[in-house]
Amino acid sequence: MSETAVASFKPFTRPQMAQRAAADIPEGWYVNLGIGIPTLISDYVPAGREVIFHSENGVLGMGPAPEKDKIEPWLINAGKQYVTMLPGGSFCHHADSFSMIRGGHLDLCVLGAFQVADNGDIANWATSENDTAPAVGGAMDLAAGAKRLWVLMEHTTKDGSSKLVTKCSYPLTAPGAVKRIYTNLATIDVTDRGFVVLGMAPGLSLEDLQARTDAKLHLPA
Amino acid sequence: MINKIVQSMADLMSGIKDGSVVLLGGFGSVGQPNALIDGLIEQGAKDLVVAANNAGAGHVGLARLMELNRVRKIICSFPRSSDPVVFETLYRAGKIELEIVPQGTLAERMRAAGAGVPAFFTATGVGTKMAVGKEHREIGGRTYILEEWLKGDVGLVEAWEADRWGNLTFKQSGRNFNPLCAMASELSLVQAQHIRELGEIDPDHVVTPGIFVDRVLHVPYGDPSGF
Repeated sequence: MSETAVASFKPFTRPQMAQRAAADIPEGWYVNLGIGIPTLISDYVPAGREVIFHSENGVLGMGPAPEKDKIEPWLINAGKQYVTMLPGGSFCHHADSFSMIRGGHLDLCVLGAFQVADNGDIANWATSENDTAPAVGGAMDLAAGAKRLWVLMEHTTKDGSSKLVTKCSYPLTAPGAVKRIYTNLATIDVTDRGFVVLGMAPGLSLEDLQARTDAKLHLPA
Repeated sequence: MINKIVQSMADLMSGIKDGSVVLLGGFGSVGQPNALIDGLIEQGAKDLVVAANNAGAGHVGLARLMELNRVRKIICSFPRSSDPVVFETLYRAGKIELEIVPQGTLAERMRAAGAGVPAFFTATGVGTKMAVGKEHREIGGRTYILEEWLKGDVGLVEAWEADRWGNLTFKQSGRNFNPLCAMASELSLVQAQHIRELGEIDPDHVVTPGIFVDRVLHVPYGDPSGF
């Protein structure tokens, strides 16, 4: 594919990806945001819409980062960043916090990923079977436990290969878990038919998108 | 009179044996019993199995304990950190064993140990390499794997307040694994920022009841942002 053929399209920026995902979160949902781009989503929840954010380390009702002079040294999120609590927030220990995850109480988790397959498999914790020191954290709990899992990630790797695949080549985080993917090129649902394209970056054609995607893309029925 | 408050680190650490399984509270820099890890370094027990969320950072605390070759095996969910050089060096050299456990399974294995539940089924890890070699069972149409409890010989806990019966409170996200380490361990050792008179902690506010706690040392180190 030549560069000129797609010169007119404009990929979504990371804030735009976060904004698109945030717009789709209804009021009242309990939501866990993974480390990385998904964390940006909390900045884009439309004003006046109450969404409750959870962090694995026992924080429910998390607010934005504090101003520098208002840091609470004991108040961090799972990414080890300082955060604030909203009125109505609460703390719990790790087993209760993961009961919220594993017990199916979270409406949504949004994670980053290395690869997502068109059957919903997600790989996001190790890039080799023989990783020197693999670090899983809470990813497997979140992927298996939340009511629904969305992924926010770049459509392709830095060398241009598709992160949307027919079969994950990296070790799985969970099988059949992903319901929706927001990339810099498109919003895609994972359905029984496979990947269904809900929207694309301005100027991008389905052919352009398919050329950048390993797995077969479908249009909504 | 019951008094679980001890006056010295040596008293707190007495009796920890070589080969112990040590459960460590803390997540990131918050709620880490740093003084107790230093106390354990001083105490001298070796051939330890340590369970903690992370595998230490820099050359202090848990990383220092590992650097001194006192840890045979580490059980954790996330061995990476801002500065994981000690763990990675030992791991690459084959000098430390690593058991990776999903964070929720790690917490639940501790709670199960505290509750006398020897094993439980969970969906976490099904269909991944975490499930290899584990018993699978279908319950209500979904597949689960069997995970065993994680009992500690020693639990190292950081609390906000403690009284002489061992009742504990925690501060904000400093709670994390600490109540679980306390309930899951045969010998629960606590460092507390504040010592309260008996009855001063509202019973409604006690997070870890004293029955889960054996010894308490007053360690008013201030805020954790320096660690």
